[in-house]
Amino acid sequence: MYPKGLRTLALATVATLVAGFALVFYFAPLDADQGFIQKIFYLHVPMAIVALVGWVVAAFWAIRHLRSGDSAHDARSYIAIHVSVIFGVAVLITGAIWARAAWGHWWSWDEPTLVSFLIVFLLYCTYYPLRYAIEDRERQARYASVFAITAGAFVPLNFIAVRLAESLVHPRTFATAEGGMPTKMWITFLVCFAGIGLLWVTLARFELSAKSTSANLARLRRALDGDAPERPSAGRPTATVPVRATQS
Amino acid sequence: MPALPLDEAGKYVAGAYLVFVALLLLYVAIMAAKLQRIERELRELADRAEEGPAA
Repeated sequence: MYPKGLRTLALATVATLVAGFALVFYFAPLDADQGFIQKIFYLHVPMAIVALVGWVVAAFWAIRHLRSGDSAHDARSYIAIHVSVIFGVAVLITGAIWARAAWGHWWSWDEPTLVSFLIVFLLYCTYYPLRYAIEDRERQARYASVFAITAGAFVPLNFIAVRLAESLVHPRTFATAEGGMPTKMWITFLVCFAGIGLLWVTLARFELSAKSTSANLARLRRALDGDAPERPSAGRPTATVPVRATQS
Repeated sequence: MPALPLDEAGKYVAGAYLVFVALLLLYVAIMAAKLQRIERELRELADRAEEGPAA
């Protein structure tokens, strides 16, 4: 039922995350400025980066879907967005917790980094109603791909705009003007980043596997019911995104 | 920004990491429920397939 290597990938993810979190609390030095609350950085920043990269990855798969018409690419694009939205929720919550500890309030509407991430997150939240408002499966996949490409292009543009913004209340994580991060912090950050990246890949592959199995089940049921089987676009069983609008 | 004392900062750091773990557990629970449903459906289909030739 599970694709080859998923178990190994899951174990590698757990091992890397445990190692990363151990480094956070036992290896990385305390930040001279922020103190202990800076430990949230090792969780919050990798998740934010991975979520943003995930949305760009979704755009990549969407382009492939539009070029080939293969529904498997549409499923990959959907899953990349879905997993990144989950990560986005975690980014917003952990960021708010950090802001409460550092600034004394949960949110700052003056801060471009926060507001821009919220806008991108809310943009991707509209993907679901857009997708499931369309009943026809082909049209649904096509429109969803166009959305994923447009929104995916918006992500790096948004990132650049924020970096160019003047308001810098939100810390610049990789700023080098003040010497940047010490080596121990960098090592810890990179291990955490690898762990969070692996977690994204694991969840995406797990979701894809579950969707593929559901699609195969539906085909089996149709075959048993004597209905004409729906041919997968690439001539092989593929994961498809459920068409919720047609479900009773 | 002045650093919070460890006892005060600790609860925020713990909160952030617990949110991460809680979200992960919630996700795993939802996926486990989905997989249970898939397994149940698969069993039903297997039963139907076995009954088919005899009927």
